[in-house]
Amino acid sequence: MTASPKAEAAPPMVVVGAGPAGVRAAQTLLRHGVRPVIIDEAPLPGGQIYRQSPAPRGSARQRYGFEHKRAAAIHAAGARLREQADYRARTAVWNAAPGRLDLVRDGELDSLPYARLLIATGATDRVLPFPGWVLPGVFSLGGAQIALKGQHCLLGPRIVFAGTGPLLYLVAYQYARAGGQVQAVLDSAPLSRQAGALPALMNQPGMLAKGLYYLGWLRARGVPMHHSASLAAALGAARVEGVRARIGGAERTIACDALAVGHGLRSETQLADLLDCAFGFDAAQRAWLPQRDADGRSSVVGVYLAGDGAGIGGAIQAELSGERGALAMLADSGIDIDRARLRRLERRQAALSRFRQGLDRAFPLPSVDRDCDDSLIVCRCEEIRAGELRAAAAQYAIDDLNRLKALTRIGMGLCQGRMCQGGAAELLADCRGIPLSAIGRLRSQAPIKPMPLSTLGEARP
Amino acid sequence: MKPLLRRAAPLDAPALRLTWNGQPIAAQPGDTVLTALLLSGERLRTTLGTGAPRAGFCLMGACQDCWVQCADGRRLRACSTLAEEGMALVDSLPGECP
Repeated sequence: MTASPKAEAAPPMVVVGAGPAGVRAAQTLLRHGVRPVIIDEAPLPGGQIYRQSPAPRGSARQRYGFEHKRAAAIHAAGARLREQADYRARTAVWNAAPGRLDLVRDGELDSLPYARLLIATGATDRVLPFPGWVLPGVFSLGGAQIALKGQHCLLGPRIVFAGTGPLLYLVAYQYARAGGQVQAVLDSAPLSRQAGALPALMNQPGMLAKGLYYLGWLRARGVPMHHSASLAAALGAARVEGVRARIGGAERTIACDALAVGHGLRSETQLADLLDCAFGFDAAQRAWLPQRDADGRSSVVGVYLAGDGAGIGGAIQAELSGERGALAMLADSGIDIDRARLRRLERRQAALSRFRQGLDRAFPLPSVDRDCDDSLIVCRCEEIRAGELRAAAAQYAIDDLNRLKALTRIGMGLCQGRMCQGGAAELLADCRGIPLSAIGRLRSQAPIKPMPLSTLGEARP
Repeated sequence: MKPLLRRAAPLDAPALRLTWNGQPIAAQPGDTVLTALLLSGERLRTTLGTGAPRAGFCLMGACQDCWVQCADGRRLRACSTLAEEGMALVDSLPGECP
């Protein structure tokens, strides 16, 4: 790299997202003499998994559990980036075009050209619709965890955890430890699947041991945990007062004040979509994901993908894929990289991938209840119901999710389909009798995050 | 009414004073608006379509379920906005639907 004024003025390398993937990517660029721009919506680095509160409460161990050292390492690396790189906190990307990102911060617009871009936008919970899921007191599993680690507050006091995935047991454990009254853990996955996944999970004995510890801790304290348990409904008029669940064929009602639900995780892929990255259907994650090579290159030259935003791999895999994506950015720019380090990353990633396959096997993602009532609200934003989707799909023989969107507004609310796409896709595939992979996906449209019209009025045409 | 949130441990930092539909509520520095409102209540807004109550969902700025308004008409996302001294928050403005 030269330090001439001309080189200074060239478009920078940009990393979007300051979770584990983005922080490791930016750190790697910096280590090779490249000063990146980092864009992140949060006030402080860490992403959702290692979210930092502006006013930290409780101990780091209380907030991040067994991962507190890993969280501290990401926070420290993020703090150095704030000093040494162009770190733009509380800034959202609302649009992207080849070579350019459109940003908004505190209602102020900005435009940022990039030479190479690494997208590390992370994930949110995948939550499928069920009766009562719009009631106050029903939260996503990740949301329940954020209340605790970000604000040191507990939802409830009596709370039920439902859905599937390793996060289910982790958050239930964290709540019970912090004084939450955990009434039940309802896992849709059958116990036999978890037993069958053990050989693959043995690839990461340390992580397996932590999972088993959470389970054992909850069991020792008498927290009821059920497998093959599906949510029939959240009950209540003005807020949740209980849940009705089907547990191994029998229906049961459990009284509670809050319900936390997560049916796995869902990648934030809007930015890759706006930049025309090629997508492929992932059967395990039941979702369309941007395609990437082993180093993280997307199908678009100069655009790289890392972390959970390009497919769920977990926080450690995110760190590795962030570093590896940055090495690809550097190598593609003609900058020397450490090949031995690259091979080491490859080996660790391969072991984690085998573990992830075990998790996918242990916690298969459920689909929507195919017998759900027409009155079921699928779109939370605009209260669009299953019956409207089914009627439109049948009347116009719709086999494409985007056409269903045009006819019913599904996916056009404030959340831009983040919360409803999974459920709507499952319902459409079911009622038309075609595979989930055959109905396509919602195309992302700018603005990918809501912004006041007054701000948009300032945008250039 | 049973609030949806409670603190895992008491805080004794000086309290911020806010209002919710004209009623005083207290918050601590570092609380989000969502935290401040759900520590004393069980809803943030009602939907435009059916008037159903909502209280937030994802808490990470994705679901857009927790938008509340200030008495001056400004809108803010309660889960990602810190509570400030003197905030006057309302679930709907006069003359607005529903």
